[in-house]
Amino acid sequence: MRFSINPEMATQEVQPNETLTNLKAESDTLKTKLEDERAKLHDVELHQVAEKVDGLGQFIMKTRRTLKGHGNKVLCMDWCKDKRRIVSSSQDGKVIVWDAFTTNKEHAVTMPCTWVMACAYAPSGCAVACGGLDNKCSVYPLSLDKNENLAAKKKSVAMHTNYLSACSFTNSDMQILTSSGDGTCALWDVESGQLLQSFHGHAADVLCLDLAPSETGNTFVSGGCDKKANVWDMRSGQCIQSFETHESDINSVRYYPSGDAFASGSDDATCRLYDLRADREVAIYSKESIIFGASSVDFSLSGRLLFGGYNDYTINVWDVLKGTRVSILFGHENRVSTLRLSPDGTAFCSGSWDHTLRVRDRGYHLEPVTSATVCLILVSSSSCLSLMPVPSPFYFIRTASFITFGP
Amino acid sequence: MQDPDMGVKMRNQRLLITVIPHAMTGNDVIEWLIQKYNITEEEARHLGGLLVQYGYIYPLRDPRSLLLRSDDSPYRFQTPYFWTSSRWPASELDYAIYLAKKNIRKQGELVDYEKENYSILHKRINHTWDFVVMQAREQLRASKQRRKADRIVLECQEQAYWLINKPCPGAFDVLDLGPERCNVLSSRVALIEHSRRALGRNRVKSSICLESFMKYSEQYLHHDPIMSGCLPSNPWISDDTSHWTINTDMVGTPTRLRVERWSFSFMELLNDSMGRREFMIYLEKEFSAENLCFWVACEDLRHGESSKIILKVEEVYKNFLAPGAARWVNIDSKTMERTLEGIKRPHRFIMDDAQMHIYFLMKKDSYPRYLKSELYKNMLAKAIVPQETKKSVFPFMRRQRHSSPSPAMVTQATEDDGKAKGAGPTGTSSTTNSQI
Repeated sequence: MRFSINPEMATQEVQPNETLTNLKAESDTLKTKLEDERAKLHDVELHQVAEKVDGLGQFIMKTRRTLKGHGNKVLCMDWCKDKRRIVSSSQDGKVIVWDAFTTNKEHAVTMPCTWVMACAYAPSGCAVACGGLDNKCSVYPLSLDKNENLAAKKKSVAMHTNYLSACSFTNSDMQILTSSGDGTCALWDVESGQLLQSFHGHAADVLCLDLAPSETGNTFVSGGCDKKANVWDMRSGQCIQSFETHESDINSVRYYPSGDAFASGSDDATCRLYDLRADREVAIYSKESIIFGASSVDFSLSGRLLFGGYNDYTINVWDVLKGTRVSILFGHENRVSTLRLSPDGTAFCSGSWDHTLRVRDRGYHLEPVTSATVCLILVSSSSCLSLMPVPSPFYFIRTASFITFGP
Repeated sequence: MQDPDMGVKMRNQRLLITVIPHAMTGNDVIEWLIQKYNITEEEARHLGGLLVQYGYIYPLRDPRSLLLRSDDSPYRFQTPYFWTSSRWPASELDYAIYLAKKNIRKQGELVDYEKENYSILHKRINHTWDFVVMQAREQLRASKQRRKADRIVLECQEQAYWLINKPCPGAFDVLDLGPERCNVLSSRVALIEHSRRALGRNRVKSSICLESFMKYSEQYLHHDPIMSGCLPSNPWISDDTSHWTINTDMVGTPTRLRVERWSFSFMELLNDSMGRREFMIYLEKEFSAENLCFWVACEDLRHGESSKIILKVEEVYKNFLAPGAARWVNIDSKTMERTLEGIKRPHRFIMDDAQMHIYFLMKKDSYPRYLKSELYKNMLAKAIVPQETKKSVFPFMRRQRHSSPSPAMVTQATEDDGKAKGAGPTGTSSTTNSQI
């Protein structure tokens, strides 16, 4: 594994009497000082401020669509701006574009590499970008001509020296931001394949990135195996803020809808919220019974809910303000590798190593039983009715009556 | 990789004295998890099941089926020696010794895939095969000297370990972890630089920052479909795409929620192409439309093709910045000077300062006045509030799920017509000619 040269290291003049121990001592002192400075302005905790807000109670989430078609682990997915189409990529090199609403597959491309860990939909909806173990990010324009081989029009845009972990278009189809196992992020011009800016500062593989929704639209955050989440200025390539409180690899980062904060999910089984103006971590979302890493996170539209996909095959839904968990979702049969909210917030999609993608949203108290559901009704000790689809012919309701949920 | 935090804490359990000591029932495990972590039975079963799959607990009856049964099936804790977190990845040599032992102990005990693995290993590490066989014999001899109970326990533990580390082909491989990640040493000098910079930055008090999250969540509560539902219905639930059709860019009358959202922030107004259009109409009345046009042109420059940068910078200069320009924008002299200087060596960010200046000008001045204007108020008044769709009483009559034209297709059509590229039906494209 090659370690890319840090330009700062190269140009910095090291005094002859500065030994490694001196440097270590200095950097540790500065770090402590920084923590103290940050702590000075930390006058209240998030859950304290959130006391005056109503609690959410338990949420029921239901799977509305299951997308089957990948023959192997689904690694990444992204929504189209039209709110219903999805692109997903998998371990065997397949990239599929679906109309998630009808569950029809619209396009399929086979990449020449395996482990396609990154894929993104272009803002115009006319192209998709993907990459993985080939160390590249390629853009495929989507053609509706059934006879046309999509792979023929493929354009290689990004080149890294290690695997591609994440990619995202910026505000247009013309630029792509990538992150890689070589420890760097980079901004590319799609048309020419030219490198516009590179971002050095992570000390290990960079695993994820997200673009800021801010007014000035110039920053993005990345997370890596060095347990750090860095905020970058796209223009200058500078790292403007850095957060290091996770205890293990950061698998996913996502901005809070207002752009003032971001959440991260890590192998240390926690998700955390970092406020950019306060310049510190402000919340940890964890539970003793959650011992597997979080692989992907996203917020609901209002930022009140944080969805986390975990390596124990579940999705935990957190109340961002109170710090409590409002729901745990089962259904996937292997780890959840990717999770994104749809552009208008009506649903969220999760992709898993069990080869499927599921689109889910809220279930309500009164919902008709569809003919596709064969149900087992359980009356638990707290006299609350729960509904579980089970392939068992024991008890099933097949009438047009409404089933009420509990309190 | 295998995160050390995943280690299971030692716990108190009920001891069932059977032939095999220190066993517990599946039910016990689940009960304990529910108690200790205050979780539901479903979650406890799931978590317990994972512990079995990863080899921290193994079943005594039917060891090849790695499931946690919530009845009185007996289970045991795996010894830490064989924990996945301490002995991973499994060594080939160890596996060879294990298979050799099985083979020696009872001919024909090896299962098909084990036989295959055995012969593959035999070929691959043939040079140390004598060692393997010798070790296997030694271990078998040592185990014969143990008490029967202990011997059975050790055999079970070992078998459980190998069932997980070398699973039957086609079975669920729980240790499939994905491509390797590396961890490289950090650069101290860069860290010091960074910490120094960070110490100098301005920070805001937590109480102020956190208050803003409260406010934001509250403000957007009714706009969040997962929190509050959406009208007329959530397309994913009802299979009815009305919600999407009444919120397209080109719709005649917008919904009330949409128009309300324009008042939340200037960015919300600009991000919605209809909002932007309305704002433009307002600015035209105020004779300050050039500001928005300039902003749009700058966005186009920033996010457009690299090859067109020089051309676009010239256009922007000609239309907005040159003395006597048709749509001259009023920026302060210092910014103007800096920008004009920079135009001599054009790049995509050259207009940033000027663009920022105009953006904040609009935000502080025109935007608040727009929200108070008759134009906006009328828009809000005639905005529709869709009726909530009554949930169908006859569930079998599921709606047809209609497909929609792909954004790619629409663009192709416009391309064929020779119109501007990139003006998809849902794109918030900033091409100057199509919107204004």
